[in-house]
Amino acid sequence: MKTKILIQSALLAAFIPSTIVLAQTQPAPKPAAAAKPATKADPTKLAVDVGQRKFDANCGRCHSFPEQLRPSITGTVVRHMRVRANLSAEDEKDILRFLAP
Amino acid sequence: MQLKKRLMVLNVTGALTFLVFLFVSGSKAEGQNTPLISGGLGFLTTTTGGGTAYQPVLSPVAAVPLGEHVLVESRAYISDYIAPKNGNSGPYETDFFAGLTYLQLDYLATPRVTLTAGDFLTPWLTYNERLTPIWISNFQDAPLIYPIGNQHGSSIGAMLRGNAYSNAHVRLNYDGYFSVLSNVSQFNGERAAGGTFSMYLPDKRLEMGVSYSHLLQDQRGNSVGFYIWWQPYRVPLAIRSEYAHGPHSQGYWVEAAYRLSQWNGPDSWLGRLEPVFRMQQTFRDSPGSDQLPGVNTQRADFGLDYHLPHEVRVNTSYSRQFASTRDVNIWETTVTYRFLFPAWKGRSK
Repeated sequence: MKTKILIQSALLAAFIPSTIVLAQTQPAPKPAAAAKPATKADPTKLAVDVGQRKFDANCGRCHSFPEQLRPSITGTVVRHMRVRANLSAEDEKDILRFLAP
Repeated sequence: MQLKKRLMVLNVTGALTFLVFLFVSGSKAEGQNTPLISGGLGFLTTTTGGGTAYQPVLSPVAAVPLGEHVLVESRAYISDYIAPKNGNSGPYETDFFAGLTYLQLDYLATPRVTLTAGDFLTPWLTYNERLTPIWISNFQDAPLIYPIGNQHGSSIGAMLRGNAYSNAHVRLNYDGYFSVLSNVSQFNGERAAGGTFSMYLPDKRLEMGVSYSHLLQDQRGNSVGFYIWWQPYRVPLAIRSEYAHGPHSQGYWVEAAYRLSQWNGPDSWLGRLEPVFRMQQTFRDSPGSDQLPGVNTQRADFGLDYHLPHEVRVNTSYSRQFASTRDVNIWETTVTYRFLFPAWKGRSK
């Protein structure tokens, strides 16, 4: 039984890297700059993008985007995350801009 | 038993009254800083050796911002454990539990320093602070090494934490705490000190850190541990691992979760599926009352999690645990609903 479990574990361990390789061979999405001619960047959109990146890189590593998030509690949510995820004040502002642009 | 239950209810009621007071104090909050209620509602089942236990759980979180620099937050755990009286057979009996997981006050002192006081989650490696909520964890059971360095999950005292340095490529985080001995019901603490230092590379989504904890009572032992998390950007894969070494035992766990969202997106029926695997081992170095298995133990957990719409999640798992004393099969199912709403309708600026 022990051997069986270990074989199953090994199969699973082999499955994960092969899936990664398969996934990474998919073409990467085209950068926005390559898709259309360069235009003047929208500062609000850039700020939201920075916030989204920070959300994904910090909050999103443990949980998904909260579906029931309402504008009146975004500040409280981000302050809670600042403590829990050791975010700096700048990170807090950026993520807040993403959650409530 | 009745007295214990009454004390639990009384203490939780007292804490809730305190939170209501804070809610009222925070009711002047405007804009985006309305106090909130969040948390999870769950139903857990566990089948081991032919006996099945059921456990309805409510785990609410309250967060109340006060002014620009203060946050009061708390999490409770209310459950009723329903299991056969003799373990695997006989009539079912219930065991009610209600308690606060933490109740802390955070003061955002500077952009990179936060001071926390009260009953807080012990900052030890990653599991305790990040993965214990029932609406986040991939498996119903905590890892076997969970008791090492955690001081029963929470500490009473003060903590300094924050982000020491960050740029687009690297983040350095720290926390350090001191906890006092407390035998007050719902607010138990051990005299201890410790801290964590971690480095995170956002480009690679790779994080590693080290924790240290020193118990300043009874056995006065040291615990050390380190962790590595890797969650590549282009693949919905999460690999998490921890190693911990306590005064009497040591062990590790490694978990891999792969959400099938690359097949027709995260909202397709297949994309909502997340196979999860966890391997763990503990090694007993000497006899001790550290709540780890008394003999060397290995365990493999195979899970299949399904993310339904509207924040509902179903986690199922089969585990096989090997030990010289006894090998066991463990079947678990967890259904959770995550909620998040303002404590009341906030005022707009």
